[in-house]
Amino acid sequence: MSMAQTMANPPKTISPFLQVQDLHVAYISRAGQKSPALAGLSFEVRPGETLGVLGESGSGKSTLAAALLRLLPGNGEIEKGVVLFEGQDLLRAEPRTLQRIRGARIAVIFQEPSLALHPMIRIGEQIKDVFAAHESSSRGVLRQKTLQLLAEVFPTDAARIAESYPHQLSGGQQQRVLIAQAIACGPSLVVADEPTASLDPSTQMEILSLFRKLREKFHLSVILITHNPAVLAGFADRVLVMYAGKAAEVGPAEKVLGSPQHPYTRALLQSMPSQLEGYANQRKSKLPVIPGDAPNLEVLATGCRFEARCADRMELCTRREPAVVNVGESHAVSCFKYGE
Amino acid sequence: MGLNHDNAERLLIVENLEKVYAGRGVLGTKKEVIALQGVSFSIRPESTLALVGESGSGKSTLAFCLACMERPTSGRIIFQGNEITALDEKQQRAVRPQIQLVFQDPARSLNPRFSALELVSEPLLVQGRLHKRKREDRARALLAQVGLPQEKALQRAEEFSGGQRQRLAIARALALEPKLLILDEALSALDCSVQAQIANLLLELQSSLGLTYLFITHDFAMAGHLADEIAVMERGKVVELGAADRVLREPEHEITRRLIAATPRLGSAAHLPQVV
Repeated sequence: MSMAQTMANPPKTISPFLQVQDLHVAYISRAGQKSPALAGLSFEVRPGETLGVLGESGSGKSTLAAALLRLLPGNGEIEKGVVLFEGQDLLRAEPRTLQRIRGARIAVIFQEPSLALHPMIRIGEQIKDVFAAHESSSRGVLRQKTLQLLAEVFPTDAARIAESYPHQLSGGQQQRVLIAQAIACGPSLVVADEPTASLDPSTQMEILSLFRKLREKFHLSVILITHNPAVLAGFADRVLVMYAGKAAEVGPAEKVLGSPQHPYTRALLQSMPSQLEGYANQRKSKLPVIPGDAPNLEVLATGCRFEARCADRMELCTRREPAVVNVGESHAVSCFKYGE
Repeated sequence: MGLNHDNAERLLIVENLEKVYAGRGVLGTKKEVIALQGVSFSIRPESTLALVGESGSGKSTLAFCLACMERPTSGRIIFQGNEITALDEKQQRAVRPQIQLVFQDPARSLNPRFSALELVSEPLLVQGRLHKRKREDRARALLAQVGLPQEKALQRAEEFSGGQRQRLAIARALALEPKLLILDEALSALDCSVQAQIANLLLELQSSLGLTYLFITHDFAMAGHLADEIAVMERGKVVELGAADRVLREPEHEITRRLIAATPRLGSAAHLPQVV
């Protein structure tokens, strides 16, 4: 599948229909102890849509990014589940098939831009390498494609950036380079894990706007993984809220962020300072917090994982796991409050 | 931006502070980097001043100068009526315990091999305060004060969650009973729900211990929540300074407006700016 298109002709994509079903991933310690990270996660991404994945430390959100393309570290184990992408189950695909999908059909942008780039190779080379991994063109063609691609993210000084080393670039510029690498081969899906977490608010805003522009131009589906709900407002079409390796709530972004239904989502959004929103909590007043710590998945639990911290818990919550309940159009919550 | 306050009631007064680093440009030519330029402000006791700015605006250099970890090139820092910039290193040692720093990443600022108890007792040991038994009592009291359970006292820092580590870093900073805490991006690396917990702890400690905070951040939302006054920095200068409410609602400087507009918020994010 030499799917590399020149940037002038954005790819006519086949429906990038990603379906994740009952995904279980665990990490095995040296002592052989198993700690689950994903415990039965299911969701789907529709063609051209941006799914925001919202989760705090330990929710399994970064494991998800790595597991989709089987890029987990050596001690990570996919225990069961299905990841259907363009009609193929990625979890059962041959390594060679997978290699052709990685980077070309699904691209991943990992967290720390300064770690993702080789410190001693010029930017232009590092972008050319992405093309070279998926097609065999002459040096001249590759170079031209590289400059064309860089111009998408650096409209005014692509040539200078191509000659630079990573340390000569700012955090925001490095992130632009990673975005260029991600879209190089015309993927239909880009998975970005906290792409703006280490950036200033104004640089963060620039990167998100750039993302928005490119996603329309190249008809990309995007999975944006973040711990900050505010980053998703105005950017994601739908939001998936993860808690303890599972989906707590999923639905249209304005619904999940505007009128959250799951007690966890609700408590999380209420705990944010809102001086800029012009309402709710008073300056220097106590913020409403979620009591307790993030859940420990090594401890077996029979009931809902959020139960111990939940303001709305019922007796039933400790006995078994809540099923997924529809609370609105394509808005679902995993909570007994809305039915059994 | 001059001093807009009556200086008599100030815990800290900074006047015309300047810090220049000698750097090297291309081909080894001398090139000076001006990190701070004409910085002036003051903080009332038991209040919070938030210092907001982008990376490289000079916020951390300022923090280091205030904590006597860097010497300013010129200008004055007056703390509790003492001009600390005029003191020599030995004299500064007496002032240092009064001004403590809490950093962004507790995983890197705390020795992972030390137990919670050791980490919190260490400042007392270094300063030669209290006997062993008393030190331990005081350390245990500090852990309780920041909301860490007693059974955690003998656990190593590396076994703590991010939020617990930041509580530990705060307990350690409080060990020498400081007047001023400099919180350098102390909440930035934490999850939203943990940020709220630590923010509440800071408010609680401020009212129970009468602490004064310099809260350094690039998050305008949290600055707006915690601070009485906000100072905005750009390229080594304080470009705006005023009551938190005024700065948030009627920002005067362009950079302030830009930073506020860029702060992601839940309610109204439909206004992403155009990319060039």
